[in-house]
Amino acid sequence: MRHIVILGAGTAGTVMANRLARSLRRDIAAGDTRITVVDQDPVHVYQPGLLFIPFGVYTRDQAVRDRRAQLPRTIEYVQSRIERLDAETDTVTLANGAVLSYDVCIVATGTRIVPEETEGLTGPGWGERVHEFYTLEGAERLAKALREFQGGRVVVNVVEMPIKCPVAPLEFSFLADWFFTTRGLRDKVTLTYATPLDGAFTKPACSRSLQYLLDGKGIALETEFNAGRVDGEAGELVSWDERTIPFDLLVSIPVHRGAEFIGRSTGLGNEMDFVLTDPRTLQAKVKPNVFAIGDATDVPASKAGSVAHFEAEVLSENVLRFLQGRPLEPGFDGHANCFIETGFDKALLIDFNYETEPLPGNFPFAWGPMPLLKESRLNHLGKLAFRHVYWNALLPGYDFPGIPAQMKREGKVFPAAPATV
Amino acid sequence: MTALATVPRTADGFLEKVEDWDKELAAELAAESGIPALTDRHWLVVDFMRNAFLAKGDAPTIRTLGKDSGVSIKELYQLFPKGPAKLAAKIAGIPKPHGCI
Repeated sequence: MRHIVILGAGTAGTVMANRLARSLRRDIAAGDTRITVVDQDPVHVYQPGLLFIPFGVYTRDQAVRDRRAQLPRTIEYVQSRIERLDAETDTVTLANGAVLSYDVCIVATGTRIVPEETEGLTGPGWGERVHEFYTLEGAERLAKALREFQGGRVVVNVVEMPIKCPVAPLEFSFLADWFFTTRGLRDKVTLTYATPLDGAFTKPACSRSLQYLLDGKGIALETEFNAGRVDGEAGELVSWDERTIPFDLLVSIPVHRGAEFIGRSTGLGNEMDFVLTDPRTLQAKVKPNVFAIGDATDVPASKAGSVAHFEAEVLSENVLRFLQGRPLEPGFDGHANCFIETGFDKALLIDFNYETEPLPGNFPFAWGPMPLLKESRLNHLGKLAFRHVYWNALLPGYDFPGIPAQMKREGKVFPAAPATV
Repeated sequence: MTALATVPRTADGFLEKVEDWDKELAAELAAESGIPALTDRHWLVVDFMRNAFLAKGDAPTIRTLGKDSGVSIKELYQLFPKGPAKLAAKIAGIPKPHGCI
């Protein structure tokens, strides 16, 4: 009897459970293989929805479903916190003391925000004038604050990279401009975007194509801003080099870390509790029978649902190969595909991987229908429709016709002189 | 002609290829960025950055540097004025810290 243990049933863990349960259905039915999935809470959150909750576009009910219901019936589901993974003995110890022995373990425990790591961020004003929207509760508190906001200085700050959905803070800024405009308050609001990077757009083609967005929407930009502390009482965000940005409403994107148990598991993770992972095969570095996927890994790809989806195609193949004793396929190329809301019912679409920056062109085919790196209404409709695609096609782990795991060069306009020689 | 003039660089002066880097190039990159001489403290940070990048494919953040490099964040700003993460990355011959767009 082989035992596959999947830790985490968010996007990545759920897709893996569904794909493996399908590929191994005969083995499972014959009692040769069992799959156990562990998660700490019963609610699956459609995380792209967290961006829309603050603006009242979505409610909580539209963003959550029962976690177990997204998983195949043939797996065993355990709801528990995780104490640690012991790679040496091939076991996972749960918080309730139970010990799971595994033949293969897949770590899919995602990332979490740690606002406590920034001085003062969770101090006075937290949840009142200092907010985050990376949790359901935070997004709902912010929705209330935005509804009641009468005007003043709104500051969006990314504390440090990496973060989940790296474009979400920019989308938030664009949507805030739209939100205050439609409420007739825009002339009473200033918007500032403060980032530790040297620009809102750091890739050459994006800078060229998108710089107009910030100017056009009147969003002030503060670059190379490394947040050192927050004073919620005084309404001040202060950088390590003592620059001060005053605010009436701060929307912070706090430090991100991997799951806590990773820090308690010898050899599994890095200093931020992200799993040390081969960027091509998705095998964890701690031991060959441990794998990692989605936001939980340290691979230099975006922490995004599309990445988890593309990774799952490669990883489910590699888990099967591992079980059969065949060499792994170094098939993951860092592929990500993201809609970027720009407000006023428009959105951009980007498609890129480890080597190729987001480029203009068409997607998924050379003729379209969706334009890349260009605002369009169709992209916005695509983003809204994606909620249904998520529950009905992505989580069940189906491949998308025309959108393979590896990024396609077709349809993209590559620069005439390559960036690298 | 300096060695630096012979290696390919990006529009904002970062080395195109990580493997082109050596200690002399680092000194030239520093000089061009307003740091006339690299001290042991500078090297501590530059080596930490480069090793972290080679091991993981990503440059460490300011906070990680402050916690793990042996140099405090305050001193980082003294050693590499204005933007330590970006400047130390340039001198270490690794790519500029970037987002996804």
